[in-house]
Amino acid sequence: MDEQSISLTVNGTEQNGEAEPRMSLADFLRERLGLTGTHIGCEHGVCGVCTVICDGMAVRSCLMFAVQADKKEIRTIEGLADGDTMHPLQTLFSEQRALQCGFCTPGMLMTAVDLVDNNPSITPPEIKAGMSAVLCRCTGYEGILKAVEAYAKQIKGV
Amino acid sequence: MPDTIPGYIGQSVPRREDKRLLRGEGLFVADIQLPNMLHVAIARSQFPHARIKDIDLSKALSAEGVELAISGEDILEQLPPISGMQLATPPGYQERVDTDIQIPDQPLIPHEKVRFVGEPYALVVARNRYLAEDALELISTDFDPLPPVATTDKALDENAPLLHEKLGRNVAAILHTKKGQGAEALKTAPHRLKRRFYHHRYAAMPMECRGVVADYDARTDTLTIWSSTQVVHWVSREVANSLGMPEENVRCIAPDVGGGFGGKGHVYPEDILVAYLARRLQRPVKWIEDRHEHILNSTHSRDNIYDVEIGFDNDGRIETVVSDFVVDSGAYSPIGAGIAGNSIAHMLGPYDIPNYEASSKIVLTNRTPNAPYRGAGRPEVGFAMERAVDLVANELELDPAEVRFRNMIKADQMPYSVGLTYRDGVPIVYDSGDYPKALERALEELGGLKSIRKRQKDALRQGRYIGLGLGCYVEGTGVGPFEGATVKIDATGKIVVATGACPQGQGHETVFAQVTADLWKVPIEDVYVTVADTAHVTMGYGTLASRSTVTASGAIQLASDQIKEKAFAIASGILEAGEKDLELRDSGVGVKGVPGMHISFRDIATAARPGWGHKRPEGIDAGLEATSYYEPPTVTWAYASNAAIVEVNPGTGQVLIENYVEVHDAGVLVNPAIADGQVKGGLVQGLGGGLMEEITYDENGQLLTGSFMDYLLPSASDVPPITVIHQETPSPLNSLGVKGLGEGGAIAPPVVIANAVCDALRPFKAEINSTPVRWGEVAAIFGDDPFKATSTTTTPEMEK
Ligand code: FES
Ligand code: FES
Repeated sequence: MDEQSISLTVNGTEQNGEAEPRMSLADFLRERLGLTGTHIGCEHGVCGVCTVICDGMAVRSCLMFAVQADKKEIRTIEGLADGDTMHPLQTLFSEQRALQCGFCTPGMLMTAVDLVDNNPSITPPEIKAGMSAVLCRCTGYEGILKAVEAYAKQIKGV
Repeated sequence: MPDTIPGYIGQSVPRREDKRLLRGEGLFVADIQLPNMLHVAIARSQFPHARIKDIDLSKALSAEGVELAISGEDILEQLPPISGMQLATPPGYQERVDTDIQIPDQPLIPHEKVRFVGEPYALVVARNRYLAEDALELISTDFDPLPPVATTDKALDENAPLLHEKLGRNVAAILHTKKGQGAEALKTAPHRLKRRFYHHRYAAMPMECRGVVADYDARTDTLTIWSSTQVVHWVSREVANSLGMPEENVRCIAPDVGGGFGGKGHVYPEDILVAYLARRLQRPVKWIEDRHEHILNSTHSRDNIYDVEIGFDNDGRIETVVSDFVVDSGAYSPIGAGIAGNSIAHMLGPYDIPNYEASSKIVLTNRTPNAPYRGAGRPEVGFAMERAVDLVANELELDPAEVRFRNMIKADQMPYSVGLTYRDGVPIVYDSGDYPKALERALEELGGLKSIRKRQKDALRQGRYIGLGLGCYVEGTGVGPFEGATVKIDATGKIVVATGACPQGQGHETVFAQVTADLWKVPIEDVYVTVADTAHVTMGYGTLASRSTVTASGAIQLASDQIKEKAFAIASGILEAGEKDLELRDSGVGVKGVPGMHISFRDIATAARPGWGHKRPEGIDAGLEATSYYEPPTVTWAYASNAAIVEVNPGTGQVLIENYVEVHDAGVLVNPAIADGQVKGGLVQGLGGGLMEEITYDENGQLLTGSFMDYLLPSASDVPPITVIHQETPSPLNSLGVKGLGEGGAIAPPVVIANAVCDALRPFKAEINSTPVRWGEVAAIFGDDPFKATSTTTTPEMEK
């Protein structure tokens, strides 16, 4: 199949690349750009571990084609920390024991960033519902919810 | 007690693994990209049972980007099957357990027939995965469907078609054991109760599917394999044997592994196939399982039918338990008789029961192979036993809690000899613990038994159905045969440790750094831990069966002891002090009570170096490095009591868990926060298994739940409030006092939910003796049945 040229911004850097129309955004990020922090858990839109942020909104990168990301702004797990300085959510995840194997973690973090940053007055039940978009098989979610709740408090400045 | 405490052991030290994983800098198998790499896609059977008449690969071979396409025929001469009998039962086991074990071999790609939906029959290697999958579509096949052996009942029918003709039967193993009078004791028991229990099929389902990358270096005739596995040494050994290479030349690494829970705990055909392809094509080769493939092809678990008869007296004291159960093993049995062996050994649980008899058959059917998954035989047998205990209580109109207290082994009976033999061939002795206290604490956490019962009664008056569910278990952990560790002090004075443990999220790099730092009395930052790489330790066993904290710590300790002896001898020479006057201190060795008299590990390491300038006393050989293998005397016994309050909605049958408590004892906790996470994560898997997760087949052996749309995993919204309380009774079997705990959480929830629902529906004399607990079936107990259609053909006929 013929490849198409696309250009997009990933974690603030402009990227130009080629992708067949059928190539998923997840595969493009991982294979073409080497950004393997975005994981793939099901490739059918259920597990959420492939979540990235596209033009400010969480999307499942396994359900989006790379060509659909043309001219879009993508943020992945690799763009969360500021150099060596961890994003507050990353620190909270570690403190709250919100990860074990870490496979779901990128999807969890990007989902949480979207959820809280786009809705600073979010409540704990809303966090629970929102974070249900991503599956974790290891932790039982307690630490994840605590971390996201703590982040929401930080954002609110409580 | 150990002289290593206090230090890092017992502290919730932050995990060293976190930073890379949080930044997207972990390395999972799928992340590995090597120059010139080829990609594998595997053609998998859509038939449960079929003879392979013809496979035509010619079109696939000429498709774009394809380098190779093979079927079972093509590798028949080159690659032997995975031997079914490699996991022999240890000597001593047969003394008490009669066994008749004939585990079938598993071909890497079968050439005569396929035996389950998802079994490979061909594969394609191409420039990328997209092209490899395109080419799969071009393979044409001629399969002759055979009558499917869809259930264990069918398999045991004497006219059943055979899965493995060579075996002459559809049974992989028969086990039998007896304690006291066994079934005979039923005759004299004042009361008898008989039921059938069924624990359904579900699976480990890690978020990362499996995957293998292999790279062959022709110059040195070496293979490097990266596999998402819990057993790197087993993989390298099996590959070396299969490919006729020295084990030394086959290195297996499990990089970051995205969960395993037992499902990655044995060698799979793909581990060997990908290695073979890399050598054959002399290019790196990658195979990444997709989710659909994972559900078809990676092992499932549970799926046991129990027929239990129990004899008891007027006070609810259990006199005998007689159990006859079958394990639906699917088409092969990758872990031999392990699951049934576990079930037999764990049935009596925390109770003091004089007589017992158990018979088991591991039965082969046209389903995906069954292998241990978190709990491995214990959730299944626990479901049967803990339901039966509740039924005894009902029969005598006693409180289920009271019946448990009456039967439980008391703290002053420890160590308690059970009168059975464990899977390692050693007579079972529960090493330590206070079982009744764990149950008491669980009930207290929920407000105490009296107040729970009062609340329940009051609620019932208002038409609300609240129930208390209990579930108690014991768990043999830290099983042998061994684990390996290499410890060295390097030229910079750092302590470097490698073990055969293969973590999948357990935080081993942190936990073993804590253990090592305490053994050497050094800051944890000076300890470097390598896991899951065969290049760093010659023999290892792997991380499964709740074993690593016990066994790898044991190996680290043995290896450390050897080097310490040397370090002391060298220090004694240099400091001119008797060895008895020396102690570990300040990252080195010092003379007790003399602050200035000290030599650092770095200087000791320099002194220990081979060559001219060494400062070793006579008779001390060079280097500060040792490898040891810890062979545990037998298992340590963790245990727990679970209690939950549920409310059942009479309209919908919805089971709402109001509160779930587990009081768990795994001895000394090296890292309490990690331990807590292990138990909680396990609990949520158990709740998933009890209420949501289910692999179903139709009556023809066709799998019906092949995606996450059909197979429901618990999400954050499905998790009730959970409290885990750790009761820490040290194990007397190792100097750290530790027991294993990876699996425990997953054992009890299914039975706790079933017991709780039955307790809530006591007015209806409800009995739920199978899992999962389905809302529709619960609603039906109230007399109307809105969801009846949800029951499936997989539940074996239940006798009530
Ligand atoms: S991989 Fe995208 S939702 Fe599962
Ligand atoms: S930490 Fe393993 S899946 Fe979430």
